[in-house]
Amino acid sequence: MAATKKEPVVVSGAGPLNAPLGGLLTWVDQRFPLVSQWKDHMSEYYAPKNFNFWYYFGSLALVILVLQIVTGIFLTMHYKPSAAEAFASVEYIMRDVPGGWLIRYMHSTGASAFFLVIYLHMFRGLLYGSYRAPRELIWIFGMVIYLALMAEAFFGYLLPWGQMSFWGAQVIINLFDALPIIGPDLSTWVRGDFVVGDATLNRFFAFHVIALPLAILGLVAAHILALHEVGSNNPDGVEIKEHKNEKGIPVDGIPFFPYYVVKDALGVAVFAAVFCAILFFAPEMGGYFLEYNNFVPADPLKTPSHIAPVWYFTPYYSILRAVTEDFIWVLRAGVVAYTLLILFTSRGCLSKLLAVAIAPVVLIAMGVIEAKVWGVVLMGVASMIFFLMPWLDKSPVKSIRYKGKLSRWALTIFTVVFLVLGYYGTQSVTPAGTLISQIGSLIYFAFFLLMPWYTQMEQTLPVPDRVTT
Amino acid sequence: MIRKILSTVLLASALAPSLVLAGGDHIKLDRAPVNLNNTESLQRGAALFVNYCLNCHSANYMRYNRLQDIGLDNKEILDNLVFTGGKVGDLMKNSMDANEAKVWFGAQPPDLTVIARSRASASGSGADWLYTYLRTFYRDASRPTGWNNTTYPNVGMPHALWELQGEQVLKAEKVRADGYVTTVEKPELAKPGKLSALEYDRAVGDLVNYLVYMGEPAAKSRKTIGLIVLGFLFLLIPLVYALKVNFWKDVH
Repeated sequence: MAATKKEPVVVSGAGPLNAPLGGLLTWVDQRFPLVSQWKDHMSEYYAPKNFNFWYYFGSLALVILVLQIVTGIFLTMHYKPSAAEAFASVEYIMRDVPGGWLIRYMHSTGASAFFLVIYLHMFRGLLYGSYRAPRELIWIFGMVIYLALMAEAFFGYLLPWGQMSFWGAQVIINLFDALPIIGPDLSTWVRGDFVVGDATLNRFFAFHVIALPLAILGLVAAHILALHEVGSNNPDGVEIKEHKNEKGIPVDGIPFFPYYVVKDALGVAVFAAVFCAILFFAPEMGGYFLEYNNFVPADPLKTPSHIAPVWYFTPYYSILRAVTEDFIWVLRAGVVAYTLLILFTSRGCLSKLLAVAIAPVVLIAMGVIEAKVWGVVLMGVASMIFFLMPWLDKSPVKSIRYKGKLSRWALTIFTVVFLVLGYYGTQSVTPAGTLISQIGSLIYFAFFLLMPWYTQMEQTLPVPDRVTT
Repeated sequence: MIRKILSTVLLASALAPSLVLAGGDHIKLDRAPVNLNNTESLQRGAALFVNYCLNCHSANYMRYNRLQDIGLDNKEILDNLVFTGGKVGDLMKNSMDANEAKVWFGAQPPDLTVIARSRASASGSGADWLYTYLRTFYRDASRPTGWNNTTYPNVGMPHALWELQGEQVLKAEKVRADGYVTTVEKPELAKPGKLSALEYDRAVGDLVNYLVYMGEPAAKSRKTIGLIVLGFLFLLIPLVYALKVNFWKDVH
């Protein structure tokens, strides 16, 4: 069969190699959608011209993903996924493998950098309503990436086989124990043994180096495809596609290549400087990126006095620890109050019906199932509740720039609470810390659950017709 | 608006740690004189390490010939530091039987390769902890080994450096603190050893310096390479910035 008839690719300029290069690209283009893909995603993908600081973190996340995969490949060449050899093999990488320390620090610093960048990327979404229609699927793919990334980090953290690796995994897997009836069998099944051991390490290794990276890569492709289908949001939350010129190009859009490629290159360069400053001068980051106790080989007989997850999990860890027996009463009151709020103020019949049906079940379950389980449930809900953002936010405007005072305060308080919860998650349990975590957890959930009310009550500002600069 | 949110967030996160009530028992640690550029100190520390520590402890991830880093050649290492009759490329292993060690000390002596990294805490660096710990052993007849330690109470390890330091005993001392008098128990030298108090502190400083080096032999080259990389990036950033500004000239 003859190749597809397409226009020849012309390489502009007068270089001596341009003619043969054009010939080669024409040959490829007739067999592969080279030019059309390049146009769709780069040279003719029109992005709003008013992206600000918060819009650097998407491309940065992609850069870190590549960094983690490349460094991960090299680490896998020397790492031994065996309980007897894992710790020694990491030190072997740090000492005897030429440049091994650099690869390992890039990977360990990269893990924390990944979460930092992803949290800022998500915060951007919250600021400018990037999850609102028609971008719900972009947000949902993004949230699945976030969950997959947490799993990836959790599995990866076991691999150095230090005390924190071991006991962190032990604590998290033991959470399944709390589930009624199936709990103990489930946690044994997850571990592949009665304690965290060689079998656990091997399966975590498999998940960390192939299963989750594969899933994350696919999800990232879906995330970007969905984005390029509907187009990027912007700090004003207005649709640039509503104002097109005679050629059908949005007047406030600029092609991703070259404009945002060079702009993101600047972001990458600045990020690289910060990243390298940490990597070369503080790779442990005061015990936050590499925990001190993880330099002690895993010892199943010696429980550390203080077990804390790495910083990026600590907000959820605080919520887990906040749920005590007493706190269940507060949660019960919360469920009753929320049900009443729905019954008296909601206009939808379905939500009233759902509230009346679900609330008694939850209340009864709270009496039957112990507090530990509810801690696990709330921790899970806290990390997944972001999924509902597109439907919780009922504001007539997308961007925080035009939302009212209530939304602004809500997001500010939520951000503070997220950081405070994160801080207390790194600390040992104290009565004051628990109380603050409990108040913080309530505010955390109130931010989401009350959103349909406060986003509708407030006075919003007029949204401009086109993007502002 | 964003600026307002950001400033509130920053302020709140700055205040958060001060809200926490004092948690955990923080021991006051002395600052260790760590200097990875002082090769002589590192060499003295390495000698102390193989003579006094390696009998019971191991450094299973460290090779003898890596000590080329601190200015020794293979022959010097073999002649002065390798007592096992092994090869210069061997790991610093220890031949003590793990089960016997457990009987003797109550626990197997930990591997020391990365001890300076693992002993770090909110109280101070791992070096500070080791420097304080190795100087606070005292005689205690109630312990099986006859030794105890104020930094690590009821530790299983006897005072391996006692012939250098001598013997300390616990002395009660009345201290004025915040208007009331309280009793603090401090180790005090009762029987001098081979070294004076100052010489002993220096020897422990050398040893700890070596332990810090051994915890991360690449630390020195890490910082050197880091400076070069950051230097390159600081040259690159203005260029990329200029590129961006140039490309964006026509965006209004």
